Amino acid sequence: MLVKLSASALKQTRWYEYGVRFLLGGLATVLAGVVSSRFGVAVGGLFLALPAVFCASATLIESHERRAKEKAGLSGHRRGQQAAALDAAGAGLGSIGLAAFAAVFYVVVSTTVIGAFVAALLVWAAVSVSAWWLRRKLRITSRTSQTDRIGPSASGRDIVS
Amino acid sequence: MTEYVLRFIAGGLIVSAFSILGDMLRPKSFAGLLGAAPSVALATLGIAVAQHGPQYVAAESWTMIYGAIALGCYSMVARHLLMRFHFTALPATILAFAAWLVVAFGLLAGFGGAA
Repeated sequence: MLVKLSASALKQTRWYEYGVRFLLGGLATVLAGVVSSRFGVAVGGLFLALPAVFCASATLIESHERRAKEKAGLSGHRRGQQAAALDAAGAGLGSIGLAAFAAVFYVVVSTTVIGAFVAALLVWAAVSVSAWWLRRKLRITSRTSQTDRIGPSASGRDIVS
Repeated sequence: MTEYVLRFIAGGLIVSAFSILGDMLRPKSFAGLLGAAPSVALATLGIAVAQHGPQYVAAESWTMIYGAIALGCYSMVARHLLMRFHFTALPATILAFAAWLVVAFGLLAGFGGAA
């Protein structure tokens, strides 16, 4: 499946869900600042990669999927869990990009501040997308070789989300 | 106080922007990449560099690498709790936070901050 950008997906999100994310994002940023000033810069740095917002986004994804299934008269419990787990898998790959963001920022910031932000963001995007693409390719390759071993009857099955 | 209000607004706005982008992206595993977007980092480092200068934010970004590794472990634990142990999203993501704390502070204790 190709990567798609769809504005219609925003209709699923209720207004208070945006409010929850704004609130959690704001609180996480304030917390990072408080920790940094109280416990020092080393401990504060850890909190720049705090998964505070992930909790809310995974819960919202789960409830969206569940609601969609329940509208169709089915139990969406398992589907919701699977969607949240997919989101977690993506965040795991994104964390490689986040580590690359921090490393590039660390190296470049003493030379140029604006350049450090730009370079770190570009590296974050490139590393995250590459990690996702590589994982997808490896999954396709391993499934194809499994299918080849099993036989042609399974070759028509859909692969990879 | 003004600093914290500024942090709150900047953090809230950047996190919301990444979240909206994540909502619009398909497939879900790709949208999940934005769950590890540097949203809190952008707001915090932007304010910190103006207040304390580049040396301070360089030290902060060094330990952020530990935090990012811990986030990877957090995601793995959350995923296992959801898929293998059939937890729902809220308890799974809250319980997995213990893994983040252990890995992040373990790495800090083991390797220390920037030189």
